[in-house]
Amino acid sequence: MPKISTFFYGIGQGIKSIFRNRTFSLASIGTMAACLFLFGVFYIMLSNVEYIVKNAETNVGITVFFDEGITDEQIEEIRAQIMTRAEVHTVEYISAEQAWENYKNTKLSPELASSFGDDNPLEDSASFTVYLNDVAMQDSLVRFVKGLPGVRKCNDAAGIADTLSGFNKVITIGSAVIITILLFVAAFLIGMTVSTGVSVRREEISIMKLIGASNFFIKIPFVVEGVLIGIIGAVIPLVIIRLAYIRITNMLAEKFSTMFNMVSFLNVETVMKVLIPASLAIGIGIGFISSRFTLRKQLRKIEVN
Amino acid sequence: MSDKFDLYRAESEEIEPPVILLEEVSKDYVEGQHALKNVSLEIRKGEFVFIVGSSGSGKSTLIKLLLKEISPTKGHIMVAGKELSRLRENSICKLRRSIGIVFQDFRLLKDRTVFDNVAFAQRVLEVPNYKIRRDVPRVLSIVGLSEKLRSYPDELSGGEQQRVALARALVNNPVILLADEPTGNLDPRNSWEIMHLLEEINRRGTTVVVVTHNREIVDAMQKRVITLNKGVIIGDQKGGYSHAKN
Repeated sequence: MPKISTFFYGIGQGIKSIFRNRTFSLASIGTMAACLFLFGVFYIMLSNVEYIVKNAETNVGITVFFDEGITDEQIEEIRAQIMTRAEVHTVEYISAEQAWENYKNTKLSPELASSFGDDNPLEDSASFTVYLNDVAMQDSLVRFVKGLPGVRKCNDAAGIADTLSGFNKVITIGSAVIITILLFVAAFLIGMTVSTGVSVRREEISIMKLIGASNFFIKIPFVVEGVLIGIIGAVIPLVIIRLAYIRITNMLAEKFSTMFNMVSFLNVETVMKVLIPASLAIGIGIGFISSRFTLRKQLRKIEVN
Repeated sequence: MSDKFDLYRAESEEIEPPVILLEEVSKDYVEGQHALKNVSLEIRKGEFVFIVGSSGSGKSTLIKLLLKEISPTKGHIMVAGKELSRLRENSICKLRRSIGIVFQDFRLLKDRTVFDNVAFAQRVLEVPNYKIRRDVPRVLSIVGLSEKLRSYPDELSGGEQQRVALARALVNNPVILLADEPTGNLDPRNSWEIMHLLEEINRRGTTVVVVTHNREIVDAMQKRVITLNKGVIIGDQKGGYSHAKN
């Protein structure tokens, strides 16, 4: 059983080795950082798209437009029919006046809006917005609503959801390919760094073997070196991503505030809760595996005399 | 394993048990070309033995076999009570802890002081610091380097560097001290100093095996001399180099 002091020795020697092989260490840390940065960016994109899709499905709901000349009683009848459905959460009535007011405020400049005077081009655009308890039931509700007398049109959020889901698939495949390639490059570079460390310390390792040092004692500084490179390579992008995410989402929120009535991003803590353990696990895992693999090959080559 | 091995293991206490035992050992690096051929020898605890022979006689192969850096093609080897053929990969380090070794080129770490070079041998075996602080000065005083604790190898003469290497080999109290051409890089005065030290170490109970070309020293010390030629032992007797058939 190795002693605690051996672990401290390994950590000390591992740190020394990183500084001794500065160039290779920096290249390995840089590649690992780039790889995990991209991993972080892709993860953020994917998780936010998923979040937006979910929001779109639950928040946008479906919009029901009525036939021209429909009476208030008929509209109330349609509401009552819709409310009988178990999957319906709420039904919100938007009058033609409200619809025009919203449109003017969000889509038109004040000058253009005022040029319409008292006219309401959306006179027949009164609608219900129906929010659901269960998004999975959206299709059957839409079919039901379309069959009701007095209903002219019924829009659902499936279009938005489908587009975003397709986008998600492309990002997932693209990011998986890029991240895999980068992880291999990072593993290779860590292997090179450890290999250089072994070459630099060839004489010392040879003496260690000669004196009777255990394999664990000989290997631990190099394994620590690989793992430390992995940790540093993970921490750098995590810090950058955290700072950038806050700034970018704040900036987007300021610039596109109208759009953000509908679309909102995951908060930074939610993102980091997944990203921190995942990045550290990848960094440590790649560092550990590549250094162990390299050591197995390199240490065999060193003779004791 | 042959009966002879068992016999040695059960030997009486009157005769010192062998610490190195080779039985019919051959080593072929290329099939049919023997680096060592049917070598049998025993070295008992407390002996001082010279191994001599010209280049290519098999001396280096013998050392590699004793350190289990290579395995024999045929035969059995026992070192410090361990049968090497039965030794697993992760137990080789334990075998080497019972052998102190000194080389012609000293093999010191240039970036560390005399103290640290010797302490290194204990640190890699995870010896506690208080023991290192006790043992290193003790062993450095045996080799006469108490005053050079803080010096670096480059600040020392060849003889002093070899004495540091000796101290490093001795600090963990090995059963066997293996010296491979320990005087090869030294002038006659330093060579004799090292040989006297080896003799002193032997007097304290350590088995000493010296591989050397130095005819003058071998002749003068009148110890057991094993002569190798083309992988075969051609002489094994007490006396000088000149007594050995070569």
